[in-house]
Amino acid sequence: MSSPPLANLQNANKTKEELPLTEIIVITSGKGGVGKTTTSAALGTGLAQKGHKTVIIDFDVGLRNLDLIMGCERRVVYDFVNVINGEANLNQALIKDKRTDNLFILPASQTRDKDALTQEGVQRVLEELKKDFEYIVCDSPAGIEKGAFMAMYFADRAIIVTNPEVSSVRDSDRILGLLQSKTYRAENNQPPIQEHLLLTRYNPDRVDLGEMLSVEDVEDILAIKLLGVIPESKSVLKASNQGAPVILDDESDAGQAYDDATRRLLGEEVEQRFIEKAKQGIFKRMFGVR
Amino acid sequence: MNTSDTEIELEPCFKLKGSRVTITILELYEYEYATFNDQLAETVRSAPDFFQQTPVILSLERCKDTGFIDFIELGELCREYGLVPVAIRGGSEEQLLSANVAGLPHLPVGAAKPPEAPKKQPEPAPEAPPIQNTVITTPVRSGQQVYAKGGDLIIIAPVSPGAEVLADGNIHIYGPLRGRALAGVSGNKNARIFCYSLEAELLSIGGIFTVDEDLKTSNWKKNIQAYLDGDKLVISAFS
Repeated sequence: MSSPPLANLQNANKTKEELPLTEIIVITSGKGGVGKTTTSAALGTGLAQKGHKTVIIDFDVGLRNLDLIMGCERRVVYDFVNVINGEANLNQALIKDKRTDNLFILPASQTRDKDALTQEGVQRVLEELKKDFEYIVCDSPAGIEKGAFMAMYFADRAIIVTNPEVSSVRDSDRILGLLQSKTYRAENNQPPIQEHLLLTRYNPDRVDLGEMLSVEDVEDILAIKLLGVIPESKSVLKASNQGAPVILDDESDAGQAYDDATRRLLGEEVEQRFIEKAKQGIFKRMFGVR
Repeated sequence: MNTSDTEIELEPCFKLKGSRVTITILELYEYEYATFNDQLAETVRSAPDFFQQTPVILSLERCKDTGFIDFIELGELCREYGLVPVAIRGGSEEQLLSANVAGLPHLPVGAAKPPEAPKKQPEPAPEAPPIQNTVITTPVRSGQQVYAKGGDLIIIAPVSPGAEVLADGNIHIYGPLRGRALAGVSGNKNARIFCYSLEAELLSIGGIFTVDEDLKTSNWKKNIQAYLDGDKLVISAFS
C-alpha cells in the first residue's frame, strides 16, 4: 500500500496527505429486524462526526432501506449495482449526506436481486472506495445468503447486532462461525476479523422480569467483546420515520448509547451504560406514577 | 481430520509425528583412522551412487575397544565419503561423552539385536496406526461441525447450541458444552465425554445417545464425564 519513503519525500507537495489504512466494517446479525440498518446509519454518522471520512454501503439489494433511514431516498439516482455493472461511476452513485460532513451513502438497487452482487465487482468498488475513505461501513442484509456473504467477505471488523432473545443469539452465533470460515481473511490465512457484540433493544426491566436475556447471558454464549448496549427506545422508531440517524438525537438514550459505541470503536475507553435499571425518582417510588 | 464445509480451519505451522524409517547402520568393530579410511574408500568405490549424503547410525554394540573414539574426526571422514552420522547406538560411557561433544545423540540399544551379517539393514517394524488428536482453541459456533477422525477431540473453548462435535475417540471440552457431542462415532464404546458445564443438546457414545430433556434432570451445568456402562449411558459429576 504505502510507497517507499524516498518517493514520499519527492512527492510530498503533489500528493494529498496520506490517509490511514481504510477499515471495512460489516454490520451483520443473521436475523432480520434486529437493528442492522439503524446501527449502520448511527455508527456511520458517528464516525463521520468524529472527523473520519466514512461511506455506508447498503448491501440489501432489492430491499433497500438505508436511504430511508438516512433520509436521502429522493436523491438516489444511481446505485451500488449500477457501479458494479459499470453503468455509472462511483462519484455518480455516492450521495453526500446533508447533515453530516465526511459522510457518504452508496445506496442499494431496489429493482434487482442479490445475484447482481459479484465478488469481483464488490472487491473493485471497495478498492476504489479505499482510496478516499477511512471507514467503509457495510450494511448487511439478513440471512446467510449471497448478500450477507458479500457484505462480510472483505471485512476487517464485524459488528454483530443482537437482540437479547434466544433466536437472535443463535443466529449471531451462526454468523460468527461463518465470519471465521467464509471470509477473505479466513480463506487467506490472515489475522481473523475483529468481532464486536452490539446488544440492541435492551430493556433492563424486562431482563429483571426474566423476559429478556441479560448482557451476561449473551456474552457468555457468544464469547466476544461487547461494543455496547443500545436501550430499547421510542427515539429509534421516531428517528427512522423522520429519516435521521438516531445518533443525531443526542438527548435520547439510544443516541447517546450509539455515540458511546462509536467512541469505543475508535479505541476510547468508555464505561458501559444502560445495562442497569434506571433509578426511579422518589415520587415514582412512592406513588408508582409513570 | 474430516471436516464439513463450515468447520474452523486450523493451520498449524508444524506437527510432531512418530515414525519409523529405514536407516543404514555402520557397525564399528574397531576404529583406527588409516584402516577405517581405507575400508570406507573401498566400500564407496564399489557403490558410488549409494553414498550420497546417506544418514547412518554408528553402532558401537560390537565394538572391541571401549576407550576414547574421536567422533569429530570419524564424522568428518564419513562425510567426505557421503555418509552423514546422525547418532550413535551403544558404546561405553567414555565413547558416549565424546559422541556428545561431536554433537551426536545417543540412541538406546534396540531390543532386537541387529543380525550378525555386517552390511544387512534391520527390517522396519510394521507401522502402528498413528493416533491423530485434534485440538480446537476457538469457540465452535452454531452450524459448525468438527470431527476428530481417528483420535480424541480437545476443545479449549465453548461449544455453542447448534454446533456438533464428533470424535472417534474421547471428547474433552474445557468450557460449556451447549451443542451436540458424539464420541466413539466409529463404534468405540470405551470413549468418554468430559466437559466443564453440561448444557448439551445431545450426548452420544458409540451410537448410544441421550437428549437434553433427559440431561436437564440431573447434573445440568455441572462438570461431568459421560461413559457407557454396558448399553447404558452414565453421566457422573465431578465434585
